Amino acid sequence: MIGIEHYLTVAAILFVLGVLGIFLNRKNVIVILMAVELILLSVNLNLVAFSAFMQDLVGQVFAMLVLTVAAAEAAIGLAILVIYFRSRGTIAVDDINRMKG
Amino acid sequence: MIQAIAFYFFATIVVASAVMVVMARNPVHSVLWLILAFFNAAGLMVLVGAEFIAMLLVIVYVGAVAVLFLFVVMMLDIDFAAMRAGFARNAPLGLAIAAVLLAELLLGVGAWQAGGIRLGTPDGAALQPADVPNIEALGALLYGRYILLFEVAGIILLVAMIGAIVLTFQPPGPGARARQDVGKQIRRRPEEAVVMKRPEVGKGIEL
Repeated sequence: MIGIEHYLTVAAILFVLGVLGIFLNRKNVIVILMAVELILLSVNLNLVAFSAFMQDLVGQVFAMLVLTVAAAEAAIGLAILVIYFRSRGTIAVDDINRMKG
Repeated sequence: MIQAIAFYFFATIVVASAVMVVMARNPVHSVLWLILAFFNAAGLMVLVGAEFIAMLLVIVYVGAVAVLFLFVVMMLDIDFAAMRAGFARNAPLGLAIAAVLLAELLLGVGAWQAGGIRLGTPDGAALQPADVPNIEALGALLYGRYILLFEVAGIILLVAMIGAIVLTFQPPGPGARARQDVGKQIRRRPEEAVVMKRPEVGKGIEL
């Protein structure tokens, strides 16, 4: 029988893979954004699993809000990437130092 | 039994495609693996009866976000081979941090299974009724008790849309790409655009 632990384990592995992706592809902003999407997916999986196994729909409402924020984040992040590429001709993370941060 | 088979099928593909997202050499392949991962995560959600979120995942992620990624990856002219330069150098640190994180998370699951932790009980205000479809129950909840959250989500999306347009919009002017001039196209007459010639046989024609 599949219990909530199975879902939590899958979500944990997905989350860790997302974190690993950020570290492995340190130079490529696009793959970093995709890794962030993976992390958000694992969070959604957790919320839906808890919602289903505890018979409480609030988790699914919250998963929908996470989905909204993920979509907004992807749109804004990619827009920033496009204008940065237009002005600099590169999106390597090492070269993004315009604000001297 | 069939549920277990389906679960392991979806879970294996999700994890495998997530690995490929991270490891793929070409970002276009990464996006395609990401789409596969989202599809199978939606399958996992359908298995526990959350159809609406699963369909939302397919529509929003596969239909909008992944296609957006694909557009941007293909639009930008980038040397992706140079970007993988530090891949092998970063691998040990990344793997170490990932291993620590995974151990911590699984420790949490194990501790919970051992029975030391009690989750709170739902207050019953958002119970999933047995005889009502998932989407209907969720809709009643979204348009009733959580209407404010729903509207805030809409405003977030509106702000994101306006922000993306404002950021990437290029006003016309010097430096902008050639644009269509409708007036010039309409002012064009046949008399000045077309020339009739009757060349002699075997000779060329000079325009």
